[in-house]
Amino acid sequence: MTLDKKLTVSASPHIRSSVTSTGIMLDVILALIPAFFAAVIFFGPRVLAVTAVTVGTCLLSEYFARKAMKRPGTLGDLSAVVTGVILAFNLPVSIPLWMAGIGSVVAIVVVKQFFGGIGMNFVNPALMARIVLTVSFPSAMSTWTSAFAWRDGVEAVTSASPLAQLNSFFASGSIENFAGAQGLPTLTQMFFGQRSGSLGEVCAVALLLGGLFLIIRGVISVAIPFTYIGTVAVIMLIAGKGDFTFVAYHLMGGGLLLGAIFMATDYTTSPVNVKGKIIFGIGCGFLTAVIRLFGSMPEGVSFSIIIMNVLVPHIERLTTPKPFGTPKKVRGEKAVGQ
Amino acid sequence: MKAKKSGGVLKAVARTHGGVGVAHNKNTAEMEVERMPAPAQVILPMQQHIGVPCSPIVKVGDMVAVGQLIADSEKYVSAPIHASISGKITKIGETPLPNGVISQSITIESDGEMRPFEGITPPTVTNREELIKAVRASGLVGLGGAGFPTHVKLNFPPDKNVDTLIINVAECEPYITVDYRECIDNSWDILSGIFTLKELLGIKNVIIAVEDNKPAAIKELRKIADNSNDTDDTVKVMVLKSRYPQGAEKVLVQATTGRRVPPGKLPADIGCMVMNVASVAFIARYLKTGKPLVSRSLTVDGSAIANPKNVRVAIGTNVGDVIDFCGGFKEDPYKIITGGPMMGLAIIGTDLPVLKQNNAILALAEKTRRVKREMDCIRCGRCANVCPMDLMPTLIARFAKVKDAEKIKQTGVTVCMECGSCSYACPSGIPLVQYMRLAKTILAEEGGKK
Repeated sequence: MTLDKKLTVSASPHIRSSVTSTGIMLDVILALIPAFFAAVIFFGPRVLAVTAVTVGTCLLSEYFARKAMKRPGTLGDLSAVVTGVILAFNLPVSIPLWMAGIGSVVAIVVVKQFFGGIGMNFVNPALMARIVLTVSFPSAMSTWTSAFAWRDGVEAVTSASPLAQLNSFFASGSIENFAGAQGLPTLTQMFFGQRSGSLGEVCAVALLLGGLFLIIRGVISVAIPFTYIGTVAVIMLIAGKGDFTFVAYHLMGGGLLLGAIFMATDYTTSPVNVKGKIIFGIGCGFLTAVIRLFGSMPEGVSFSIIIMNVLVPHIERLTTPKPFGTPKKVRGEKAVGQ
Repeated sequence: MKAKKSGGVLKAVARTHGGVGVAHNKNTAEMEVERMPAPAQVILPMQQHIGVPCSPIVKVGDMVAVGQLIADSEKYVSAPIHASISGKITKIGETPLPNGVISQSITIESDGEMRPFEGITPPTVTNREELIKAVRASGLVGLGGAGFPTHVKLNFPPDKNVDTLIINVAECEPYITVDYRECIDNSWDILSGIFTLKELLGIKNVIIAVEDNKPAAIKELRKIADNSNDTDDTVKVMVLKSRYPQGAEKVLVQATTGRRVPPGKLPADIGCMVMNVASVAFIARYLKTGKPLVSRSLTVDGSAIANPKNVRVAIGTNVGDVIDFCGGFKEDPYKIITGGPMMGLAIIGTDLPVLKQNNAILALAEKTRRVKREMDCIRCGRCANVCPMDLMPTLIARFAKVKDAEKIKQTGVTVCMECGSCSYACPSGIPLVQYMRLAKTILAEEGGKK
């Protein structure tokens, strides 16, 4: 027995699963496609331009940031594409393109690469960019276009979103009157996405389909979306005095589904263990509900997720399991932390 | 925890954490073990077990017969070595082992006769001490891959109160089917071994733990478990989910009894003893015939092997000769492994001897090579979710990179058994097992300083 070639000698294990980080990002991109198509249908071809700018700028920012820091290029992992698409989904369709570009640079350079790139940023890049844009350009970031306005030739208007309308009813203590109110979309319209809002958040059914795909593919666990949405539902049920229609508007309104399925589940900025995920999801849900009900802004998803992102290291410290066989409780033992 | 019986077999009593669903590739399951003719030469290393290496008691030029003692150690944690073919000692030199260690070794040139040593007689075994002595004399080490001298395991202190003997038929590593074949072909040896151990060591209960991907083995094992000698029904078959690493000692103990081995302790400390099924069957045969451990069964498989087979080979046979017996390579291998693909060792060439604890030779073809370029951790948590020891591999890797011994200590990395699940699952291709080893080395060095 002679061998012509040299053998590879490497440490075990000698087989690897077929799951790759790039594949995971590709799955997320696939999961975003239904909501993307819905956005094009409701808000017209400008969706393509906004998304092209955010994705393009994210890729360029990632490329030059890595280059400037003399680190290996990471365009191939597709994470910059995911950030770009999710950022676009968080913008109103009428956003000036240069603002979308600035948001992308903030997301990739400031939030992601300044902290070490993929896996190291402590808050969600797309969400942080959305918040920076909202604070910097409040008017452009709250100009909501009605669905099909592009087809009907209607101008963008600074109109109240369904959530804002809902909140005014809640604030005036007359929530029983909100159903059928002037300009409020029906629940069916909410489900299919025929309402004003940011690009990717409007179509509930498309987001749910994407979420289902990610769960089936094993990319995300149900823990965060379930506890997040569930917590909002419970609090809204209490706030709405048992009115399920009120709850339904809250679940499908604003960016809750987009946030709970695609942003709160971001690996880098959410806990690793199931216990941690549950605490994280409940925290996001609680903050979202409180901001929506009592805050000065109609929407609270972005801030809730960002606040919980910051708490992740602490949640992790509390929920990291003890190594196998370690006695349940040992006095004075230090927790394993980061 | 109490196990529920359904359809004549038990179900696992505890859910174990983590694990990965690897492709089983049990291609050789239905192939009976073929006996490979005696090779022209064997090389018998003095280190084929965990413990003290043996020293030769023969000289170059001596004629030896099959089963003749040729090397032993005065130390207790060691296992003697016997001639696996008959012939002439031609060399006492050095040979590399699969793990890269150079070991003293004895080379025997075959006389082609396979003449058995006339001194072989069945040992008289009527009590615990005689059993342990006999098992040591047989040269037996754990045949499942670890290579720990069996007599040391059997000699647990009586105050440990061991009440459960767990027979490991999980065989959770892909490809390997020799334990499965043992159940199909030698089930009565297994039964006889079980009763010997149970009676002489005074162990109350026996659980034969087998993964659910081996229905034929389960059927055979049920036959022996339900036999009429076992009037109190103390021998039971337990069917476990096929999930790697189900057969790892601590995982198996937890799944079968619900007990958890504390860090740094042994199964005996919580009243359990785990034995590989082939080792148990060997003990039965040894007590009957007195023939020591001179040959063993191997699965030879992998995408580069022409005719995958289960073969019985003389210990010390050249790996290349075994592969030739299986038709050689049908295409160029890029890697040859002794043992399974999850925990086995990649070897530098085929010019190495088969050791007592080797249970497989795998040759993987170039086209099946899956290269994952190492990328940054995306914190997906897969490594933590698959870790059977409840560790956070990515966190440990981070501390290992910066050599932070204090932080590493807090992670409890010492319980890591290097099963490879984390490296297997990592989508970023990070060699996490190597970082676990590095972390342990850093801890050991830190401990040495103090």
